[in-house]
Amino acid sequence: MGIIKTDKLTFEYIRRDEEGNVEGITRAVDEVDLDVKQGDFIAILGHNGSGKSTLAKHINAILYPTEGTVWVDGMDTQDENHLWDIRSEAGMVFQNPDNQIIGQVVEEDVGFGPENMGVPTKEIWERVEESLKAVGMYEYRKHSPNKLSGGQKQRVSIAGVIAMHPKCIILDEPTAMLDPNGRKEVIRAVRALNDVEGITVVLITHYMEEIIHADMVYVMDKGRIAMEGTPREIFSRVEELQDLRLDVPQVTLLAYELKQRGVNLPDGILTIEELVAALSGLKGA
Amino acid sequence: MSLILDHVNYSYGDDTALAVHALKDVNLVIPDGQFIGLIGHTGSGKSTLVQHLNGLLKPTSGAIYYNGEDIHDKDYDKKNLRSKVGLVFQYPEHQLFEIDVFKDVCFGPKNLGLFQKETELRAYAALKQVGIEDEYFYQSPFDLSGGQKRRVAIAGVLAMKPEILVLDEPTAGLDPRGRDEILDQIAKLKEETGITVILVSHSMEDVARYVERIIVMNQGSVLYDDTPREVFQHYRELEQVGLAAPQVTYIMQALAKKGMKVDPAATTIAEAVEEILKAL
Repeated sequence: MGIIKTDKLTFEYIRRDEEGNVEGITRAVDEVDLDVKQGDFIAILGHNGSGKSTLAKHINAILYPTEGTVWVDGMDTQDENHLWDIRSEAGMVFQNPDNQIIGQVVEEDVGFGPENMGVPTKEIWERVEESLKAVGMYEYRKHSPNKLSGGQKQRVSIAGVIAMHPKCIILDEPTAMLDPNGRKEVIRAVRALNDVEGITVVLITHYMEEIIHADMVYVMDKGRIAMEGTPREIFSRVEELQDLRLDVPQVTLLAYELKQRGVNLPDGILTIEELVAALSGLKGA
Repeated sequence: MSLILDHVNYSYGDDTALAVHALKDVNLVIPDGQFIGLIGHTGSGKSTLVQHLNGLLKPTSGAIYYNGEDIHDKDYDKKNLRSKVGLVFQYPEHQLFEIDVFKDVCFGPKNLGLFQKETELRAYAALKQVGIEDEYFYQSPFDLSGGQKRRVAIAGVLAMKPEILVLDEPTAGLDPRGRDEILDQIAKLKEETGITVILVSHSMEDVARYVERIIVMNQGSVLYDDTPREVFQHYRELEQVGLAAPQVTYIMQALAKKGMKVDPAATTIAEAVEEILKAL
């Protein structure tokens, strides 16, 4: 069993009208089976309302399945005895950094999580230091979070999660509100956590170019997993993705359009280097 | 008919130790009917600039003229200005509040003191302009999808019949299709009505695809003010100020470096396809 496993995970909520009468039931997540290996980097794509955030909220027991089961590191999320263990093993980062930062000083904010877990003071400071270093924010430890840019704030949020020593981290559109540089900084930090620290990453995003290095990509639609595969496999299916209201990275789209116009290129080109190499190969031939 | 910013400076917390010089000598002419992109990293002064356009903030020094009149003259009708320069803030759907979609869009024109008939005609037209179908008119705005809510919120501003529409990151948090739908609607609206559109965005790809002019802000000053082609040529300088060029520009640069005869300044996929086909 992987670090995160779901078995026929289903989540329903009841819609009510203004008087509180039941109008119907919405199935936000519909029989999803996931099995994520420790140390993997997985990405979840899907249009607005496809169920990806609802799915993510099951991984650290913010929501509980209506049917089916979710295990985090072998612990059933519905078992109340494990609630705090699960929350410290699976940390979550949300879209808006301003909603996640509470400390007056960066290092205090990062220490908040471990402090609440009852970690001894000396160890809290060690954890704060290593977490801030891991996201490249150590030199800002004495700063006020208010004065940071969006990307820096989001990295502080991530450090706050890492300080709890999680085995996995779930990021729900962490770059949606950031400028290009902020997006780059955050993605670089997340990839380093995965590569260097071996933390399992679940990244939800609408920016396709952020996930070209993922081990696995899951595409959700109507609460189900509609497509799964490596980034190359997924991004080779341009039309299917467009039907699901999604996109491919610009370089992939350019290669696809060229192919449509008769240029002989392989499917699923993901990087500029690949496209340049493929095109100069053609030119030479 | 135009909006002119003449040597505009603005400081927050002037006369205190914490004074921040947020706008420094900004000079801009915004003529009728342009589609303008406003880009800059977080904290570069974009939002401060935008809030000057309809008089929400008053320059510390310098002046702003709308159709030749100084908007900070004491006799100037600011209420009228605010209906002419419509601001759509980030996540505008958080400002929806009425019991149904139609009433929500009526709120603005009603407050302009228009007759009910005119108010309703405008609301109807505005909802059509953003592509909201009749079947949604009497639904609660809170039952709509994220993209629909945002379009209703934009309709609320359009119903005031602005001559300049400023949108602050109208696509943040939307899925790729939702993003394209909103921007396509705005481009169509601009074509049909000749309205001036100022799009504040963090997506260089979107800006490259839709606008005819880009204003780049950095540390409170205008760094570049030119066509997308010209602005994105400076991709190295843009990176230094926290921005970037669209991925296509990097591809074209890399191809040109490899000796392929392509125009390295292409900024959209459509341009790039033609350039590469020509070179092969």
